[in-house]
Formats: sequence, structure tokens, C-alpha cells
Amino acid sequence: MSTAAEVQAPPRLSAWSRFRGWLTNPWGRPRFLVVFTWAYMIWALVPVLIAVQFSFNDSRSRTVWEGFSTRWYWGDPVDSVWHDPALRNALVQSLKLATADVLIATPIGVLLAIGLARWTGWGSRPSNFLMLFPLVTPEIVMGVSLLLLFTRVFTFVGTGTTAQILGHVTFSISYVVVIVRGRLFSIGRQYEEAAADLGASPAVALYRVLLPLLMPAIIASAAVVFAISLDDFVISQWLSKGGETDTVPIQIYAATRAAPLPSTNAIATIMMVLTLVSVTAGFLVWRAFTRGERRAGTKVADEAGAAMQMR
Amino acid sequence: MYRRWLWPGFALPGIVWLIVLFLVPFYAVVAVAFGTVDPILGQAVPLWNPLEWNVGWMLEVLEQLTPGGRFFGAAVRTIVYVGIALVLSLLIGYPVAYYIARHAGRTKSLLLILLIAPLWINYLMRMLAWVNLLAADGFVNRFLTFTHVLAEPRDWLGGRASTVILALVYGYIPFMILPLFAALDRIDRSHLEAARDLGAGRFSTFLNVTLPLSKAGILGGAVLIALPMFGDYYTPDIVSGAPQTSMIGNQIDFYFHVGGQPPIGAAITVVLAVFLTVLMAYYLWTIHKASREARTA
Repeated sequence: MSTAAEVQAPPRLSAWSRFRGWLTNPWGRPRFLVVFTWAYMIWALVPVLIAVQFSFNDSRSRTVWEGFSTRWYWGDPVDSVWHDPALRNALVQSLKLATADVLIATPIGVLLAIGLARWTGWGSRPSNFLMLFPLVTPEIVMGVSLLLLFTRVFTFVGTGTTAQILGHVTFSISYVVVIVRGRLFSIGRQYEEAAADLGASPAVALYRVLLPLLMPAIIASAAVVFAISLDDFVISQWLSKGGETDTVPIQIYAATRAAPLPSTNAIATIMMVLTLVSVTAGFLVWRAFTRGERRAGTKVADEAGAAMQMR
Repeated sequence: MYRRWLWPGFALPGIVWLIVLFLVPFYAVVAVAFGTVDPILGQAVPLWNPLEWNVGWMLEVLEQLTPGGRFFGAAVRTIVYVGIALVLSLLIGYPVAYYIARHAGRTKSLLLILLIAPLWINYLMRMLAWVNLLAADGFVNRFLTFTHVLAEPRDWLGGRASTVILALVYGYIPFMILPLFAALDRIDRSHLEAARDLGAGRFSTFLNVTLPLSKAGILGGAVLIALPMFGDYYTPDIVSGAPQTSMIGNQIDFYFHVGGQPPIGAAITVVLAVFLTVLMAYYLWTIHKASREARTA
């Protein structure tokens, strides 16, 4: 018979060794990985949040906080995003390029995706291969080649807005194809075949059956194209002719190499919000349209797959 | 007839676009690299016919890429920086991807969103964030002097290789974690259970099952971030801007934007592209192989 006295009280542990026990407990969840993962997330995101915070700083410093203000967005009569012509033009130029990119790259990409998925004859394999190349070509190589194309071959284009739009569309098409083609494969051919059995011509089947089913992918790819166009720095820079054709990323680049003001943080914050809103909207549309199609168990993996495919 | 041409017809505009604005421009780079310079205007003149090519520029670039040459330092630096950045990205990225794929449980969705978020924040915005933090009176210096790690603020942005490498890691690591996550998330749990049932410990299971099964993700992720890193010029420009950290991309940028000698810039671009084509081909081949295995499985 054991008495209470025989049961020894556990030795008192210091805070450090308790923390170590928690961290390396072999029976619990891998705590080291928990700490490591969250430390990574903080490292990856907090610097950006601090940059956003300083876009609201009430002084010219980007390092010493002196209270909240919106002067770098519109309050300051000279240097705010709203009043500085260079920054305002950059924002307009970025939005102009992104809008044109969406309007041109989305239809071309959707057609290319449908064509490549259904066409099996000679030439379809090299075309598939060609479509993949812009995704893996470093931007500087594309920038150099498009610059030489527009200044040495198609000299009537030259540098500037037209060249920038053509360049943005060139790297955007493949993203549209990848997103739309993923959706085409998951739809399969049975709906079109059913339509054909019921007497629809390929054109009618396409317009009445396939296009509505592709709509979520088309909208998602338009949102992604808008976002990657806003995000692009290299192609815009190589094809810019300076002045009004400088986009927001070019202005951020120029400012970091000179003496940046919080207005640089402000315009970067505006761009970040625009990009995140565009991507989130595209993603929500995708989810809303495909709600009934997902099986319960594969939700997370599917969504991660969709988000990854977008990038 | 109509049916036969329907699908190629759909693909036609996109294919023509990519030929005219992707393939032809690349040939223009080659033509300029092997071209001549107008003696009066001083402008680069592309030579389209391979029989007329002038190999002078290319020979000069290749010569300068050998030890003792003008581009040798930048080329070695590029390979060393990218190599170290790849290893660091893998060491940081693998545990994160592993945790999210295997153990995150209820926090998995949240962590995935946080993981994807940096991909949609402008690269230059993220560099700007570090320029602010690393400034002479920035948070990093203030923290390190406050804790007496450093006696006085350090000039982080004055041409340090370590700053450039860390900036590269910070910039590109999210692109690597996603393929890693995808590879780890796909591993069938029954493989792991089988290994444990057969007596393998945690470590041995990881080494003999998880690691080999995630090899495709490691390679894919590494190539995916190595390609843009090899062509990067803006990261060293932003966080250093000094010649002692200049990479091969900076040389290309210089000959087009400052030096005014496009043929040399074009020749370096061709060399870089040939070097990267080997990497690209390898990457496309792994995708191809993986998708073929997935189809047969």
C-alpha cells in the first residue's frame, strides 16, 4: 500500500527547461515546427505591414513613427500620391496597362486554351510547348528581346505604352491558358458530347454549354492577369520611354535608389490593396461558381491547387 | 473541313502572338548579338542571316567571362549568390511546407493563405519594406544597437553580399514553398504508416519515405526560383547598388541602359539564355515525367 508521501512531487522545472520540454516533446505535435513556421510567417509578412504603417506616418521619416496621418495619400500639397504628378501618372499608367492587358490577353488565352485542349493534330505539341516557355523565361531575357524587337525590327512601335501593353499581353497569355485549361480538364468532354448528341453543332455546343461552364475560370484568369500586370516591373521598365510611361513599380524602384518618402510606401500600399482585392475577387468568384462541384474531403488541397495554379 | 480546322483556328491568334512577340524577339537578340554597329549613327544593326554573322561580340563576351575577364566576377557572384540563396530557401522552406502539409490541422487554411499572400504583394514593395528596415536609423539597426549586439549602426545597404543574398531569399522563397507544399501534401499517408508499422522511427521514416517522395517538389521549386534569380538585376540594385555585388543581370542592364552597347548586352543575354535553357529543359522534363507517372498510376 502506497501512501501519499511515497509519491514524489515532480521536480520543479525552470521556465527554460519547461519551454524546452514543450518544444521537443516527442509525443506531442512537432512544436519546433510550429514555432519555426510562425516565425517564418512573421518574417515574411511583418516587414510589409511595417512599410504599410509608415505610409501613414505624420513625418517625412520612413523609420521613426510620429503619429497617424493620411498626408502621403492626399494631404500633402506637393509630395502626396494625389498631388505628385509623377506618382499619380504612374498609378494611371499601371491601371491603363492592366486594363488593356485583361481585355486583350483574356480572350486570346481562352481561345488558345480551348484550341490546345481539343486540337490533337500536327502542330499541337509544339504549340503546347511554346505556350509553356513564357512561364519559365526570366523576365530580363523577355525584356531585352522585346526592347530590341520594338526598337530594331518593328520600329514603328518604339518604346512606350503600346510596347508595354504588347509585352504584358505576351507574358499574360500563358497564365490564362494554364488556369482555363485546368478547368477544361476537370469539366471533361461529356457535356459537349451530350450537346452534340442532342443535335448541337460544335459552335453552338461551345457557346451554349462550354462557355458558361468555363466562366469561373475566365473571370479568375482575368483577375489574375490584372494582378500580374500591376505587379510587373521588368517588362514595363525595359519598354518604358520614361516620363508618363513609368508605372508604379518603376517609381518604387527609382525611389528606393534615391531618397524615398513615405509617399512611396503609400503608392506601394495602394498597389498592394488593388492586387490583393483583384486576386481575392477572382478567387471568390471561382469558389462561388464551383461550390457544388467540390467533394468535402478535398477542399483545402483543391483550393490550394487553384491558388497555386493561378500563380 | 470545318471541323478539322475548328480547334487549330481557336489556337491560332495565341500561337501567332507568341511567335511574333516571343520567338521572333528572341531571334532579334541573337541577330543583334551577332550583328554589326552602324558606323555613323552608332546604333546596333541586327544581322538576320546566320551566314553573315559577326562573331566578334560573342567572342569578346566569352573571353571576358573567363578568369581575369570583366564579367568573370559578376558571373561567379551570380552563381554563388543563387546557390547560397537556393540552399537557404530550401532549409527555411522545407520545414514550413512540411509542417503545413502534415501537421497544421485546423490552422492549415489560414497558413496557406499567409503562405500565398507574399506572392501577390509586389516584389518591389517587399524590397522597399527591407530598405526601410535596414536604413541607417531603421528598425534593424535600432534593435541591434539597443540590445548592444552592435556598438554602432551598420551600413546594411552599402554593398554587402549578405544583404543581397538575404534579399534574394526573402524575395523568391514563397515561390519555392508552394511546390514543396504540393509535393508533401500529395504523399499518401499510408506510405508513412507502413514505414512506421515496419519499425521505422520518425527520423528514419522522414529520411527513407518522405524525403525521396518530395524530391520532385524540391527540384521543381529550386529550378522555379533559380531561373528568375539568375536574371535578377533589381534586387542587388535596390539593396546594394554597389559594383562589388553586381550580378550578370546588372551587366546586361548596364550595356543597354547606361553603357549604350546593345550588342554586348545582347551577347551576354544569349549566353545567359543558353545557360538557363539547360535548366529550363530539365524542369520541363521533370514536369513531363511526373505527369506521365501520374497518368499511368
